[in-house]
Amino acid sequence: MAAASSRKRKGKIRWSKLYSFAACFRPLTSEERPAARELIGWPGFSRVVFCNEPHLHKRKPYKYPYNYISTTKYNVLTFLPRALFEQFRRVANFYFLLAAIFSLFSLAPFSRASLIAPLVFVVGISMLKEAVEDWHRFLQDLDVNNRTVKTHISNGVFVDKLWKELRVGDVVKVNKGEYFPSDLLLLSSSYEDGVCYVETMNLDGETNLKIKRCLEASLCLNEDEEFSKFKATVHCEDPNPNLYTFVGNIEFEKESYPLSPSQLLLRDSKLRNTDYIYGVVIFSGHDTKAVRNSTRSPSKRSWIERKMDHIIYILFSMLVLVSLVSSFGSLLYLRQDMVDWWYLQLPDENKVNDLDDSNSEKYDDRFFNPSKPVQSAGLQFIRALILYGYLIPISLYVSIEVVKVLQTMLINKDIELYDDVTCKSVQARTSNLNEELGQVEMILSDKTGTLTCNQMEFRKCSIAGLSYGGDITEVDLAASMRMNTDFEPFEFSIDETDGATRSFEPFEFSVSSFSAQNGNARLTQTEGPVIKGFNFRDDRLTNKNWIHGSNLFDITMFFRVMALCHTGIPLEDDNHKTDKLSYEAESPEEVSFLIASQEFGFQFCRRTQSLMVLKEFDPSSMKEVEREYKLLNLLEFSSSRKRMSVIVSNEDGQIFLLCKGADSIIFDRLADNGKAYEQATTMHLSSYAEDGLRTLAFAFRTIEAAEYEIWNTIFTQAKATIGPEREELLEQASEMIEKDLILLGVVAVEDKLQKGVPECIDKLAQAGLKIWLLTGDKRETAINIGFACSLLRQDMKQFHLSLSRDAESNNQVKDMKEDILQQIESSYKMVCEERNKEAPFGLVIDGKALEIALRGDVKNEFLQLAVNCASVICCRVSPKQKALITRLVKQYTGKTTLAIGDGANDVGMIQEADIGVGISGMEGMQAVMASDLSLPQFRFLERLLIVHGHWCYQRISKMVLYFVYKNVAFGLTLFYYELYTSFSGEVLYDDWYMTMFNVMLTSLPVIALGVLEQDVSSDICLQFPALYQQGPRNVHFSWSRIIGWILNGVVSSLVIFLANIYILSPTAMRENGFVADIDSLGAITYTCIIWTVNCQIALITSHFTWIQHLSIWGSILLWYIFLLVYGALPPNFSGNAFQVLVEGIGSAPLYWMITVLVVVVSLLPYFIHIVIQRSYFPMDDHIIQEMEQCYKKYDVRDNEMWVREQRNSQRSTRIGFSARVDAKILSFNQQLQQKKLSIYRSVTNSPIYRSITASPFS
Amino acid sequence: MDTDRERHRARETAFYLFTQQSLPACKPVLTPGWVIAIFLFMGVIFIPVGLVTLRASHCVVEIVDRYDIDCVPEPSRMDKVSYIQDDSIPKNCSRFMKVHKYMKAPIYIYYQLDNYYQNHRRYVKSRSDKQLLDGQKYHDTSSCQPVESNNNRPIVPCGLIAWSLFNDTFEFIREGAELKVNRKNIAWKSDRSHKFGKNVYPFNFQNGTLIGGGKLNPEIPLSDQEDLIVWMRTSALPSFRKLYGRIEEDLDVDDVVVVNLMNNYNTYSFGGKKKLALSTSSWLGGKNDFLGHACVFAGCSSLTLAIIFMLLHVKYRRPYGDMSYLPWNRKSFSG
Repeated sequence: MAAASSRKRKGKIRWSKLYSFAACFRPLTSEERPAARELIGWPGFSRVVFCNEPHLHKRKPYKYPYNYISTTKYNVLTFLPRALFEQFRRVANFYFLLAAIFSLFSLAPFSRASLIAPLVFVVGISMLKEAVEDWHRFLQDLDVNNRTVKTHISNGVFVDKLWKELRVGDVVKVNKGEYFPSDLLLLSSSYEDGVCYVETMNLDGETNLKIKRCLEASLCLNEDEEFSKFKATVHCEDPNPNLYTFVGNIEFEKESYPLSPSQLLLRDSKLRNTDYIYGVVIFSGHDTKAVRNSTRSPSKRSWIERKMDHIIYILFSMLVLVSLVSSFGSLLYLRQDMVDWWYLQLPDENKVNDLDDSNSEKYDDRFFNPSKPVQSAGLQFIRALILYGYLIPISLYVSIEVVKVLQTMLINKDIELYDDVTCKSVQARTSNLNEELGQVEMILSDKTGTLTCNQMEFRKCSIAGLSYGGDITEVDLAASMRMNTDFEPFEFSIDETDGATRSFEPFEFSVSSFSAQNGNARLTQTEGPVIKGFNFRDDRLTNKNWIHGSNLFDITMFFRVMALCHTGIPLEDDNHKTDKLSYEAESPEEVSFLIASQEFGFQFCRRTQSLMVLKEFDPSSMKEVEREYKLLNLLEFSSSRKRMSVIVSNEDGQIFLLCKGADSIIFDRLADNGKAYEQATTMHLSSYAEDGLRTLAFAFRTIEAAEYEIWNTIFTQAKATIGPEREELLEQASEMIEKDLILLGVVAVEDKLQKGVPECIDKLAQAGLKIWLLTGDKRETAINIGFACSLLRQDMKQFHLSLSRDAESNNQVKDMKEDILQQIESSYKMVCEERNKEAPFGLVIDGKALEIALRGDVKNEFLQLAVNCASVICCRVSPKQKALITRLVKQYTGKTTLAIGDGANDVGMIQEADIGVGISGMEGMQAVMASDLSLPQFRFLERLLIVHGHWCYQRISKMVLYFVYKNVAFGLTLFYYELYTSFSGEVLYDDWYMTMFNVMLTSLPVIALGVLEQDVSSDICLQFPALYQQGPRNVHFSWSRIIGWILNGVVSSLVIFLANIYILSPTAMRENGFVADIDSLGAITYTCIIWTVNCQIALITSHFTWIQHLSIWGSILLWYIFLLVYGALPPNFSGNAFQVLVEGIGSAPLYWMITVLVVVVSLLPYFIHIVIQRSYFPMDDHIIQEMEQCYKKYDVRDNEMWVREQRNSQRSTRIGFSARVDAKILSFNQQLQQKKLSIYRSVTNSPIYRSITASPFS
Repeated sequence: MDTDRERHRARETAFYLFTQQSLPACKPVLTPGWVIAIFLFMGVIFIPVGLVTLRASHCVVEIVDRYDIDCVPEPSRMDKVSYIQDDSIPKNCSRFMKVHKYMKAPIYIYYQLDNYYQNHRRYVKSRSDKQLLDGQKYHDTSSCQPVESNNNRPIVPCGLIAWSLFNDTFEFIREGAELKVNRKNIAWKSDRSHKFGKNVYPFNFQNGTLIGGGKLNPEIPLSDQEDLIVWMRTSALPSFRKLYGRIEEDLDVDDVVVVNLMNNYNTYSFGGKKKLALSTSSWLGGKNDFLGHACVFAGCSSLTLAIIFMLLHVKYRRPYGDMSYLPWNRKSFSG
């Protein structure tokens, strides 16, 4: 009932009148391009929609797709071929496919199963992963497709219909807060004049609401019943991705009306502040602009994986090389010696003719055919390629997939990354990029929804020169707190070393305690009920205490401006328990003002067409009185005006102009007698701004009735003007009246940051990451947030790049380019000339300037400047520009970038960046669906990167290198043996040993390493964020390391092979005189390999849990068990390995001694390497490990050195909260120094001092 | 808000610790002390082991005699191949071997072939394990190519390995009396019992146009043809020894052993060498100094390294956990 009444009340307002300025800030696009209308019917503009007649769209030529969308990569039919194709695009997989094919033609030296099985396994697992990921996408699509919307069926009846069943031509009714199911043509809304408010945050990231307006002709269609007979035909453009254009016309009741973008409601935007709208589906499903705008998420590969390809190429060339050597060797032997080896019964070239045909065929061995030596060598080459395939670690891919899935699982399970509020945790959507998290150098972040929660809070105000709500900034507070605690630990050192420095200590305390007192004294600690949008604690104003203030008139006027100068409307709550109202307005700031004024006792309770009603608290009578204000004029806010005014007359007939606006604009328009508080207010303004609060100045003036009358005629005239000069006239008219203002004060609202954002940014900055802010919001907002997040700070040199007014108005690309280029160059010059290397620079650039700056010839200069700045803020950027910046930064710097955002407008950026992170806390899912990882909150980025990223990078790089080592060490022994078998292709090891090598005997320790290895524990990672730099500087996966590991593998294989050959041949290996045959030698050599590679991984591992122990030593044990079991099988299965351990080698002491010796010797080079490295060239993690061990006995965190190092590790940052605090401390110290100096001077100059020093006793 | 966390903390199971990656772990840190200790330990272990091994190897007495050239009569030496292929010429030959050191029984008799590629792939594959076990009952002998059948009848044992069986024979005479050579138990027991059939007799063997090596007595089952079993354990390297038998009497210093041998086997066509070796054995096997030398070498290197690191540690000692090495404390570090 109540809701209905409020709706009715709102309905009465003619919004078109209220927004008398609307036309000046939102020009109609269709008017700009009249030519476009003539295009209709021509190619590109051929779409015809029969409104309310969806059945006509079932047949060609008007058959358009259903509103069903699918973002999956595959479907049931295409999955197999496409996924297989994807798999075999990987070089290594293709190689193994070839090997498997050859094995079918008995070319391979191994059994078929041992070649095909691993391939099937590898490809199978990867494809399974793809399938699961696609399945998740499918489920998400399903969720979207199965949403419902009220759709007209017939005779004015609307029923719920699934989104996916919607067709072009359907009439739908969308209620408040719902998303539009497809691109709709607005027919009418709950408002009489057919406007509606739309939130397009998902599309372009702009948080302010946009007004859409229906055609006058369709205004009458505002009831369900009206649609029973409604029919119209729309001719319009074909589906395209352009969000801001729409060309078409509608034939309705035999008349044709032009359509413009302001009648088009786009999919993925949301209806706000409007109860319902009626619309007709114009574009559906994949034709909608939002879907057309989105691109398929590209499959990303991490940098390490890309580099791994190069390693594979190296190994491939090694493989080809040894294969060539083998085949040439084989050729030589075949031509020269082999014919004489009668025991091979090779067909002799000379004798071939003597033998009868059948015999010659029988003897034909394709691999050893002396009459066709080249062909034989070729076949040998292919065989060698397969034989030495162990150089290419096929299982590397499987192991990496397995490890990454497990890593992902652990990341998802991390309780520290669980958000209690939204009950969501981190979701790594692809596991490809885990290690990339450890190499990020640049974070590109969205603002709204990512850093801020899109919620404004009234924080502080300055009325009549007095600041309320605490007047010191958080940075000052933190700095003074730090200075208090900071000097305690250093007191000793100061005591011992330098007595002089101690003398200024008392000042520190006095200053900081002073400021702390000042700040905290009036901040009441009592927790009142939390009011959304109002975070203001000051006893002087709340609870109506302001009536005791001195400047009562100014204060009341201040509150009146707050309560009257806006475009909001009150909403009555359904429950009347409280008399508090809630409000809706175009921007969240206004809502927070209204809430605040209500809290202060100036409740805005009603608005009619020309009346605004306030419930005011009257200080004289101490009662609440309802006062009506006549709204005479409303001068709308616009980005160029940067101010808004209302002209009201109160019950006494006094006319006031109440104005709020940006401080610079208001200050310019002050009357001479209105500047009383200017100085004090300016001071407050700067301190608010430093805290990142958004400020607005309030002013008023009284207007004489006569003056108003004159002005009003001018203004009405201007409003009535039609044509291009209308805007200018209105501007002039408003300029005339908005002058001689009297300043009342300023308010500061906080664009509320999400929990933990400043701390997180601080940590990330300490880890050496650069953070760029890309936002669709306007520059002031962006800068405010820059301060709030400590991306900007007061002492930072800021460069503002924007187009000058001249260049912009000229609209000449060349001029604009020159303008921007000049700005860039002058800024860059300043950067270069700056002597102090630590001096921070900030760059703020807006969308239009960016558009120019990113053009071909300017972009390098721009990027050069941007990279040299500590923080970069881009405001008013379109989604496309976000993506473009991301791409260019990626290309220009070659650094790993991470993009984080929450809305559909961030999708491009998320897809373009090396890692795309979506915020899942909010309702929109587009960003999450496009992302590689989703976080519930921005602050989790800290732990994700600094802990998990660091670990994963280390793990994966260690793991890959070890894999290379392992396979080189094993594969080369196969080659060496060839040298002893006249390159005939005989294999030293049993087939099953070889199959087991990668599958069981060496796989588990690697996986354990890849999942569980930690150089330092998670809290140490967080305490020393500088450790993160290992990733971006790539210490663990450099080419020197890779080559080193390959060499290590070569050395190990040589040691293993040669030692075995020389020790076991030719004499007996056991006491009973038995000599080692091929199988014994194989088993012994293989034992050595298993021991060596497993002990090697033990040397790499620095973090042994029982899992590592079990896997490493278990693998070695498993080999013996395997040998035992395999040898115990009947000879039909085990072949030559029958009883090889029990009867052959197990009882030979030589076997065990060789194992020990070979393992020790082959690991010696690596061991010496790590010893030298650790002792004389230690890396950061080594030192921290040592420190941790050192202080284990004490509580590490309290240790003074530990704390000091922790702080040292953070010093090199320029952005972030602590950097600001540091800078503040520095400036405090300088001030103190000066103070000290002046005191000192005054003391030394004082006659007393002189007399003392002059006295001979001193 | 903490309920979830508390619930988890309440069941601080191993699984929880695992998922939080905080399982208890030992984190060994390589300190200079440990390094020196490890090297010293290796030195202390390997040098004695190496010495013991060397001693064992030195205890083994070995006499090797190459006979392939000397056993060809002077006139035929120009064309040894035709000599060996000519069946009409008797191939017996006598060699004298002087014992230079007391040899304790059992003395193992080996024949050694050099440059003989028993590990050639074509050769190694040319056998049929199933036929060796089951005889003619097993028909599929395609793996035995090219010595698979003769006159359309299968050959048992088939394949190149069996076909090229070594067939030189040796007789040993000391001071006029024949030394008894035990030729039993020279092959692996598991081979005799599980891989070579007890009821499988040679069949159609060496009946073809090409005669390879030795012939087999068709009366004796394969499981007792130990020469064949030894021969069929193919050697790993082109230079190898195979066990021929054991002399179960001690030989004294300066004993001269006369070897009457039949020089049947053709190594001349491919330039292979034939040697006869008599050797005792130690607990480590035959005479081979390599292991001993390697151990001593490894031990000495370890000791040297231990000393080097000790000196380095004394001279350029890096304080443990020295923070000045942390990158942010180094001058070159730039943000």
